[in-house]
Amino acid sequence: MRHIISILLENEAGALSRVSGLFSARGYNIESLTVAPTNDSTLSRMTVVTRGSDKVADQIVKQLNKLIDVVKLADLTEGAHIERELMVIKVAASGTQREEIKRLVDIFRGRILDVTESTYIVELTGTSEKLDALISALELTDIIEVVRSGPTGIARGVSALKA
Amino acid sequence: MQLTGADILIKSLHESGVEVVFGYPGGAALHLYDAMYRQDKVKHYLVRHEQGATHAADGYARSTGKPGVVLVTSGPGVTNAVTGIATAYMDSIPMVVISGQVMLPLIGGDAFQEVDAVGVTRPIVKHNFLIKNVDDVASTMKKAFHIATTGRPGPVVVDVPKDITAQVTEYIWPKDINIRSYPTTPDADVGQVNKAVDALLASRRPVIYSGGGVLLADAEEELIEMVRLLGFPCTNTLMGLGAYPYDDSLFIGMLGMHGTYESNMAMHDADVILSVGARFDDRITGETGTFAPNATIIHIDIDPAQISKSIHAHIPVVGDAKQVLQAMLATLRVAKAKPNEAAIKQWWKIIQGWRAKNSYAYDNSSEEVIKPQFVVQKLHEVTHGNAFITADVGQHQMFAAQFYGFNKTRRWINSGGLGTMGFGLPSAMGVKIAHPDADVACVTGEGSIVMCIQELSTCKQYDLPIKIINLNNRYLGMVRQWQEFFYDRRYSNSYMDSIPDFVKLAEAYGHVGMQITKPSDVEGALKEAFVMKDRLVFMDFITDQKENVYPMIAAGKAHNEMHLRPDFGSDSKSSAKSGTKEK
Ligand SMILES: Cc1ncc(C[n+]2csc(CCOP(=O)(O)OP(=O)(O)O)c2C)c(N)n1
Ligand SMILES: [Mg+2]
Repeated sequence: MRHIISILLENEAGALSRVSGLFSARGYNIESLTVAPTNDSTLSRMTVVTRGSDKVADQIVKQLNKLIDVVKLADLTEGAHIERELMVIKVAASGTQREEIKRLVDIFRGRILDVTESTYIVELTGTSEKLDALISALELTDIIEVVRSGPTGIARGVSALKA
Repeated sequence: MQLTGADILIKSLHESGVEVVFGYPGGAALHLYDAMYRQDKVKHYLVRHEQGATHAADGYARSTGKPGVVLVTSGPGVTNAVTGIATAYMDSIPMVVISGQVMLPLIGGDAFQEVDAVGVTRPIVKHNFLIKNVDDVASTMKKAFHIATTGRPGPVVVDVPKDITAQVTEYIWPKDINIRSYPTTPDADVGQVNKAVDALLASRRPVIYSGGGVLLADAEEELIEMVRLLGFPCTNTLMGLGAYPYDDSLFIGMLGMHGTYESNMAMHDADVILSVGARFDDRITGETGTFAPNATIIHIDIDPAQISKSIHAHIPVVGDAKQVLQAMLATLRVAKAKPNEAAIKQWWKIIQGWRAKNSYAYDNSSEEVIKPQFVVQKLHEVTHGNAFITADVGQHQMFAAQFYGFNKTRRWINSGGLGTMGFGLPSAMGVKIAHPDADVACVTGEGSIVMCIQELSTCKQYDLPIKIINLNNRYLGMVRQWQEFFYDRRYSNSYMDSIPDFVKLAEAYGHVGMQITKPSDVEGALKEAFVMKDRLVFMDFITDQKENVYPMIAAGKAHNEMHLRPDFGSDSKSSAKSGTKEK
């Protein structure tokens, strides 16, 4: 099963490597990992997407909780939540393709950020599935580069991860 | 008061109650060593290798409950300490390791003797710090001791750049520290405690299984009271020996790979298992799929991550073992229900049947060849079972665990989790320093002892009259045993040629050496050695080369698939002259 683990972390040197080191040392897989400081500059918010049985997810949560730099965490997939990923993608766009690609981007509610004679850079946010869908829709065109942030997430309603 | 970082650091050791430090100097630690020189509150022991410092601090910690403290220099100093840090980590031993580091501006530039100490030790510490500001020295030290000694204990590394130790700042020892992400241990959940008590009272084939956590929590009295109140069988893990007295009739011996037949069979057939401060390690469970198939598992652990890690816990209780046991005892004392007397009686009858197999029995009939088990039994007699016993790793370790017989906690000091050869001698130094009037013996093998043999010098320098019991079988015996059983006797690299003359070696280091080759000389030699209160005696016992440790659960097998000694002791043929049970 896919789990999205949201972590509130001390914004300190080495904190990230404690988390990633724990995953590799214990053989847990990391599908994606994003991290950035929050409005409280002493804290970072990290989102890790991992795959594993509920038992493994339970262990991941418990082991992460033991790290001194981890202030709070939650497995977002246990409840209702919103997840968003950002993708920036550079595609070859020339001739008749140009219109085609622009139409596709509109359908997906993406934006074209940069235009040259032969390329577009497209920005899209959404769930990871939506991003996957755009990539496959663009299959016939020449995809030059894909940059994805990995999902971030937040629980719906009043519940919050707070120090 | 304005002080240098080095002075503040050494002062903070004293503030934290530290009396002894084990260490080895070097460039990046010179300011620290200078500060050490200029004070007399903390005593520094100079070891001969940084691994020795960590094991000595570890032995000190295990035998006292106080944190062990280590001071090493950067680069090779801290990498040499890594094995000892990992050893302490695996067994949850409180330890603070201070490592010198190259100057802050040089970090990351491949400076002389630079190693990323925080990175190298990260997976084997409870936490580690790199101090980047002299104002943080005192508070970091306070945090380090707090983290090392509270909750589930463990080693903490504090890496201090040399320039930080030279800078001056106002010294303030913080009264309190606040680590927002490090919670205090909660009291046990009352509902879980009640469930656990109900399950115990309803059981028909219970086993109480306790591990090193009971020692760490000083919960042995509660454990004993619980076992006696219920009249249930109790087994200890290798790490937990001493928590329940070995000679009490409710004790069914050590559990696990080389534990007794009765304890492993009882675990397998149990309907309720109460686990206290133990973590269902693979040397205990054997194949997890076949582990205790019919048991309701009650798991008391201070670390939630241990619960249901390898074996599903039906009734988890998170908390400090002492507090949880006290809560359970309080509930038990007022409970209306009583244990099912008839069922428990019947259960004991079955257990006695297993016990009658006398699974530790061995053939001690030879007048020529010394059996290693016999040496350990005699060691018990000569020291009246009161010695602190440290062990290295191998067959000798298992013989010590099986045959010494421990009545008290913190007397059995061994590397259970990491299984570190080289642990025995330096850890014995730490024990002896903490308990100068007690008998301290290191049970070792000719393979393990040389892994930290240099510490004989340290013993000389500080007059540490420990007794070394070298069970010299001229083999890496435990490796040879596995090769005999599982590799068709292909003894690949388990025989060591050119073993030193240990008597001369001991003498070269300024100690007393003895070699004992005959069973009839064992007792006399031990008595002679232990009478020499102020000398370190290296006793080289030339033992049976091919003795094996029995019983044994092969890796990946179930508890009820235990190998008993084939020729001896496995059934009515059993006629052991000695075994722990009938001394
Ligand atoms: C540092 C280290 N290296 C290797 C091992 C693997 N090992 C476990 S027991 C053993 C043999 C130990 O030989 P010895 O000290 O003579 O003890 P014996 O088994 O013969 O009693 C070895 C090599 C280990 N535990 N630790
Ligand atoms: Mg040997």
